[in-house]
Amino acid sequence: MSRYILRRLLQAIPLLLLISIAVFALMQFIPGGPLAVYSDNPDVSAEDLERLQEELGLNVPKYQQYLNWLAAVLRGDWGLSLVSRRPALTEITERLPNTLYLSLTAFFIALCISIPIGIISAVKQYSWFDHLMTTIAFLGHSVPVFWFGLILIIVFNVTIKNPFTGGPLLPGGGMYTIGEDFSIQDRLVHLIMPASVLILNRLSAQVRYTRAGMLDVLHQDYVRTARAKGLNEPSVILRHAVKNGILPLVTLIGLEIPGLFNGALLTETVFSWPGMGRLFFTSIERADYSVMMGVFMMCATLVLIFGLVTDIVYAFLDPRIRFD
Amino acid sequence: MTTTATTIGQVDWEARRGKQESMLAMTWRRFRRHKPAMMGLGIISIIILGCVFAPLILGFDQYNLPLAVRRQPPSLEHPFGTDELGRDLLMRIWVGGRVSLSIGVSAMLVSILIGTIVGSTAGFYGGWTDNILMRFSDFLLSIPHLFALLLAAQIVRTMNIPELSGGPLPIIIIIGILSWMGASRMVRGQFLALKVKEFIDAARVSGARNSRIMFRHILPNAVSPIIVSATLHIGNAIITESTLSFLGFGVQPPMPSWGNMLKTAQSQMTYAPWVAIFPGLMILLTVISINYIGDGLRDALDPRHVG
Repeated sequence: MSRYILRRLLQAIPLLLLISIAVFALMQFIPGGPLAVYSDNPDVSAEDLERLQEELGLNVPKYQQYLNWLAAVLRGDWGLSLVSRRPALTEITERLPNTLYLSLTAFFIALCISIPIGIISAVKQYSWFDHLMTTIAFLGHSVPVFWFGLILIIVFNVTIKNPFTGGPLLPGGGMYTIGEDFSIQDRLVHLIMPASVLILNRLSAQVRYTRAGMLDVLHQDYVRTARAKGLNEPSVILRHAVKNGILPLVTLIGLEIPGLFNGALLTETVFSWPGMGRLFFTSIERADYSVMMGVFMMCATLVLIFGLVTDIVYAFLDPRIRFD
Repeated sequence: MTTTATTIGQVDWEARRGKQESMLAMTWRRFRRHKPAMMGLGIISIIILGCVFAPLILGFDQYNLPLAVRRQPPSLEHPFGTDELGRDLLMRIWVGGRVSLSIGVSAMLVSILIGTIVGSTAGFYGGWTDNILMRFSDFLLSIPHLFALLLAAQIVRTMNIPELSGGPLPIIIIIGILSWMGASRMVRGQFLALKVKEFIDAARVSGARNSRIMFRHILPNAVSPIIVSATLHIGNAIITESTLSFLGFGVQPPMPSWGNMLKTAQSQMTYAPWVAIFPGLMILLTVISINYIGDGLRDALDPRHVG
């Protein structure tokens, strides 16, 4: 087991290198490079530009720039943000917990909702419940994430008012009320809307996978055997069928991990959530290269780590899979 | 009952031969039974007709819509209200629909084309070709889609090519080359399953070249799942376009698209919520119809379904 994990981690290294080379190469296509913002500025002279180039290490060949970047990253120096003038790594690690807090909360709530829904839908196939849930799943799959966020703001922030205070029912953005002391209630109230958007976004595929997986299993012989030996229906479903029925869901979770960051970027932008997705968005808008590169690498690393965790969980659930 | 009637259980081959169904007719007959898909087809037809003909009939040019009072709520005169410049929102939706729908279809064509070529090459040749192509697609799948899209869009945007920037073409290409991976895996699976069939051996024995076997013998047999996947790609591409345009990295004003109409909507949500509601509703309606059509096509084209 530990050898397997070690091997997977070692395999991740060339992949991360490849991603960093690809992103670095793509960024070279951006004309003018990181100093393009200064080139139109009459206050910045040609000498200043040259000095800046030297300071930022842009006067050496491209491959040398990449190697310098790589060496610095390995030493823990991810470069300075061109916008805030603070270390890029600090910027990222400040935002990362906020992103994980939002995405992982939504992720686990979505799982807790979609597994029971998927199971009931499959057991009671073609019932009104099943039809309703498959329709909702279809809706969730077809709605643009950011627009659903806008609609929630219109409904719960602009239209419906809090009957006690007269203010908006839910805050329209941010992670907490600025200027107030930390309170769990305040945090939760800010979490409701962005988390709901992410939950609906995850829910549709998860329900469909659970339902399909359960339907597959429910028609198999060992389930019939369990019924034939007189087990009551709840234990047939919960103790026998579910174990195998939710395996496709675990595969789906593995596939959807990169999607987690897409969802985070959109909800964070719509709800001005101080997370990594929004950081990436602003860094790309303002050509803040070291932050952009850093967020990309951070996301890629997390995708690989979460992917490994999913595979390990899968192996625990499915004893047919062996590590070696 | 006449004496020529066949007995029960015996197939009347004479009668059947006369009216043998074409593939198309059979698909259509099965598709019609899928109610949500038929509804989707109806809605999408209305939307397409509206986008094509409404601007023509009412005769105005794309960029110079008649201006009315700014931010009017929906009324009889302006059923969807007006936006921050006093443009009629319904008109903008019809014009924007042309852009969004054509981006959706074109991006689908690009991604299905790449996906089919990659998938059929990988599945047919196997070995290291397959390995390299599939590892490359895994690599693209492991990068968060939207991050890569934004990076690519930013590169195109800063290149500042006057004929291209802000228009639909770069968006089509970017979406196309970043979303072929699912299709390629599906096509590869079809090729792996089909290339071991006897009729392929027969073709090879009769002297067919690889390219002929791939595209004349195997591909036509894999066309049903490709059609289904293509349909679903259109919906996804429309959502991707709207997302990019909403974030300001897609189609640029004054050319409207359903996505960039929502870009200015967030800042005026408190006093003009209709500007945010209607374009998004159009996206939702279009994509859900397309997805139901895809669902109906899957049922209609699946050979395992009898009837």
